[in-house]
Formats: sequence, C-alpha cells, structure tokens
Amino acid sequence: MSEANLTLQHDALAGVMEESPFSIPSSKLVMWLFIISDACTFGAVLVAYGYIRNSAADWPLVFESASIWNALLMTFILVSSSLTVLFAVRAAQADDRQGAFRWTMITAAGGVLFALLHIREWMSLIGQGVRLFQNPWGSPMFGAAFFSVTGLHMAHVIGGVIALVVVGTGYKAGRYASKHIEIWSLYWHFVDLVWMFVVPLIYLLNMKR
Amino acid sequence: MSTDTSSSMSTTYIVYGVILAIAVIQVVVALTLGPSLGRMLILAVIQAYLAVMFFMHLRDEKSNLRLALIPATLFVLVMLNMVWADSFRLITMKPFAK
Repeated sequence: MSEANLTLQHDALAGVMEESPFSIPSSKLVMWLFIISDACTFGAVLVAYGYIRNSAADWPLVFESASIWNALLMTFILVSSSLTVLFAVRAAQADDRQGAFRWTMITAAGGVLFALLHIREWMSLIGQGVRLFQNPWGSPMFGAAFFSVTGLHMAHVIGGVIALVVVGTGYKAGRYASKHIEIWSLYWHFVDLVWMFVVPLIYLLNMKR
Repeated sequence: MSTDTSSSMSTTYIVYGVILAIAVIQVVVALTLGPSLGRMLILAVIQAYLAVMFFMHLRDEKSNLRLALIPATLFVLVMLNMVWADSFRLITMKPFAK
C-alpha cells in the first residue's frame, strides 16, 4: 500500500481514533522504544564488565597511549558522522533527495572507517595474545569483557551502516519518505552515544599507568 | 524560517564542538590526573545529554514523550547498579583476600 493511500486512510480515521499522545509517527516511537531497550542492554553489558573487573584481583591495564589516541580518533569520526546524518535529515526534510542520499552515504562511510579502525585495534590485541579467555597479562576475563562490549557496539555500527545504505538509496529512488531518514538518524546518534560511555569505561580506565 | 534554520544549525555546530571538546578533555584528564571513574562518567553523561537533546532532538518533542522515555530508562539503568556490592564482596573473600 502506498504512503499516499495510508495518509488518506489516516485522515479518514482522524475523527474516529484518538490522537497520539506523543505527536510523532508510530515508526518513530518504535525506534525510540528500541533505543531505550538497547540502552538497557548496553547498560547491562557495561555493568557486567564492571562486575568482572571489580571482582578480579589481577585485572590488566593494557592500553598504551597509541590506543587511547586511536579511540579519540574513532570518537571524532563517529561524532562527525552524527553531524553528517543531521545534514542528511535536513536535506530530506527539504525534499532534496540527491543531497540526502549524499549525506547518508558520507555517514555510512564514516561508519565503515570507524569499523576498520576498530578491527585494526582488535587485530593488534589479538596479535599480542589476547583471546576470549586468556591473555598474557592477568585476569583471563579481560578479553571476554573487551570483545563483548566493543563487539556489541561494532555490530550496531555495521547494522547502522547497512540500514543507512538501504534507506539512503531507497529514499533517492522514492521508495522511502524523509521520516525514514530521520528515524534511522536517531539510531545512528544512539550508536554514537553508546561510544561516549565505551571510551572512558573500556579504554581510559584500562590504560597503562 | 531561514533565520530559525541557521540558528538551529549554529546550535548544532556548537553542540558538535562541545561534545568533541569533552572527548578531548576526558583523554587529557585521564592522562594527567588519572582515569577516575567518577570524573569519566560525569563527562560521559554530559556528552550523552547533549547528544540526546540536540542531535536526537528530544528537547523538541512533546514533554509526554520525554516523560515516557527518560524516567523508565534511568530507573532500569540505576537498578542495574545493585550488583556492585556483590562484586566487591568477591574480591575480599577467599581465595583472593590477602
């Protein structure tokens, strides 16, 4: 069913059905509900990491300053991609399909770059002997905690890149409306927001002193 | 309309700059003063607040939506912290206790 037909149906039902208490499309509300449930998931994973870290007598502090600056570069890329996705939303709201597509692809490219830098960080740790349940330095749970938290976040980044490419190309082809770009921009900002907690809790608290 | 747009864009640029500045401050503080959990979390919460309110535009939504989302999420996140006492108990018990 086309969006125009849905709008007509909605208009016809407007006098019968109660207005949304939040004054947003139901799809946007669904994304907000997903985001708060995902925030609780990340909260639980970070608390589990903290629990393991607290209860280990020999938790290793492994990150050298190069890893810290790399994490800062990744922050810069992710926060900048939050800015570019805002440009995409703005272009979509102005019905500029080419502009929205371009900014969405730039955002997705930022996500790919972020994931590549993250994989490089993973490979460096793996090269130093870090595995899920062993490492050369101390508590064997360090690898499980690090790979779980950052892996869950990276899965969200990769999922977001795929979603942005699908929605961006779909919007350019006329299959999606501007609200779809806006809804997926919420998800992308959330991925950025989670990283703001991953950097201090995973990288900065575990840097070599 | 165009004035509104340019003013909201300038707000966006300011928020973008502040979030990045806080990220740099976090690293500098961690390298110079040491990575205190409290300091790191306070800075991260400020970043998150700015991102939710200005990038995700929650401040522009109806207060009903904010009331539906924020207290419930904070409640769950705070209740997750019940485990800390147990995590400290583990390290002070045998066989780790010295």
